[in-house]
This record gives sequence, C-alpha cells and structure tokens, in this order.
Amino acid sequence: MAETTTVTGEHLEVLAHQFDDPKQQRQAGALGMWVFLSTEILFFGGLFTAYTVYRLAYHDVFAFASNELDVRLGFVNTLVLICSSFTMATAVYNAQKGNRKWLIVFMCATVMLGLVFLGIKAVEYAQKFEHHLVPGSHFSIEGMDPDKVQKAQLFFSLYFAMTGLHALHMIVGAGMMIVLILMAWRDRFSPEYHTPVELGGLYWHFVDIIWIFLFPLLYLLGRSTAGH
Amino acid sequence: MSEKIVSMKTYGIIFITLVVLTIVTYRVALIDLGVFNAVVALTIAAIKATLVALFFMHVRWSPRLTRLVIAGSLFWLLILLGLTLADYIARGPGWTHGLRYPGNP
Repeated sequence: MAETTTVTGEHLEVLAHQFDDPKQQRQAGALGMWVFLSTEILFFGGLFTAYTVYRLAYHDVFAFASNELDVRLGFVNTLVLICSSFTMATAVYNAQKGNRKWLIVFMCATVMLGLVFLGIKAVEYAQKFEHHLVPGSHFSIEGMDPDKVQKAQLFFSLYFAMTGLHALHMIVGAGMMIVLILMAWRDRFSPEYHTPVELGGLYWHFVDIIWIFLFPLLYLLGRSTAGH
Repeated sequence: MSEKIVSMKTYGIIFITLVVLTIVTYRVALIDLGVFNAVVALTIAAIKATLVALFFMHVRWSPRLTRLVIAGSLFWLLILLGLTLADYIARGPGWTHGLRYPGNP
C-alpha cells in the first residue's frame, strides 16, 4: 500500500501517490466501482434472461405460481429497501459535510433496515418450506396437474435463485457497512476523503435497484388474475 | 476539487417519489390490463431505477467516462436479452418444446 498520509487539521487526508489530486482519486474510485457494478448487472442479467424466457413460455403457470408468494411481505420489503437507500444517501451527505456523528447514525440505520429486510426474507423462506413450495421431491401445489406442477417448480427455482443471490448481496452489503461504521468511528473520513462511504453507497443502491425489478417480476405478475 | 453535494431536499423528494411509485406499481398490478400489466410494471421499475441511479448514485453529476461505462453495461445487457429472445422467438410456434424442466422428456 503506497500511500502518503498528511495531517490536515484534525483529519487524515489520504491521497495515493499515483493521483494528482483528491478529485481525480475520487473519480477513479467511482469509475472502478461502476466497472464492478457492470459485471454485477450482467451477473444478475443472466438470471433475468432465464426468467424472461421461461415466463414467455409458461406465462399462465408462472402467474399462478407467483400468487403463492406473500405479496404483502414483498411490498413491505420493497419499502424497507427504499428507506435504507434513503438513509444511505443521507449518510453520504453527512460524510461530505464532515458530520461524523450523523454519518455513523445513518449508516447504522442502513444496516438495521438491511437486517429487517433479511429477517422478513427469512420468514418468507420458512413459509415456502412449510407450504411445500421449495423445488424438489416434496414440491406440491394442491389442485394442479402434474405437468403444470413441474413448470411451477421452475418459477420457484428462479425465485430462490434470484432472491437468494440478492439476499447474499444484502449480507455482503451489511458486512461492508459495518466495516465503514468502524472506519467512521475511528475518524478515518473527512469532507476531503470519504471515498469508501461513497463506494459503499453505490453498492447498496445497486442492490436496491435489483430488488426494484425483482418485486414486480416475482410478486406482481399474476395479481390481476388472482381472483379468477 | 469541490464535489457536488446533493441537498437533503432533493434526496427527500426522490425518496417520496420512490415510495409513491411503489404503491402505484402495486395498485396497478391488481387491475387486469392483459399484457400491459407487465409493460406498466417494468416501466415503473425502470423509472425508479433511473431515479436511484441519477440522484442517490450521483450519476447525474458523474463524469462522462463513468456514464459511458454504465451505458456500456446496459448495452451488453440488451445484447444478452435481445439475442437470446431473438433465438427462441425465431423458432416459431412450438418453441417451448425445446425448453427443459424437471419431468419434461
């Protein structure tokens, strides 16, 4: 780690030697994060593509299977994630302003909301196990003919793969946030240097965007025909 | 040197818009619009994602190079989706026979 550390006032300013100034360093950091997020977009993109192909093929079964999900929990979780994105944006704002206390408070709020999301997700997964909706030999939906049950399993395979990968990203995000809170606690950030908070925010918002698409695709696709 | 600091007012407006759009997308999903249910749901999701990216992720104030990377990743996503669907749809009626799932001979 070739870093030159200079003390300005009470804060530490960290400018790596290959950069001309803090602005260039900040922009390079953000660019690198976006390159990583590009690979993430295509990583999730593969699952979204698989979902699209199978949904086009078996639309009716997918709509029926989708109605087995708990839409209220999915809806609440969407709001929880949007709130967490807002608290994260507020945390970045306070990092830029140099308000260390509020930076820590809002990052803690973000982690808490992330954990609430994962808790609700765990409740949903437990329900799926109880209702025999986990793909495998115990999978069954009452009153559905065997061929359709096989296709409904596809929906639930995609449901678990997509929400599972998303939940994994939430866990990584929460761990990352805890590291950032510890760094803020040790007064590592200042209005001149808070790139880790900014990049952590980019990751958190990205995971939120994935859920913004997962919610209508998985929970809402059959709602209009639910009463029929 | 100075970095764009987005005001809390802007963040607040975006937050409220996102909550309203979430309620709208749920309400609309309960009405039977046929194929347009999917169109409306995905349009609202795309608007929400754009708002998050532009304001929360500061893309609106990002340098061109960063925007190019984002546009590039979306273009590649379009290739992935577009060419895959073009293949399946070009197989004509009965294209689902080629799909495999548990129990499909």
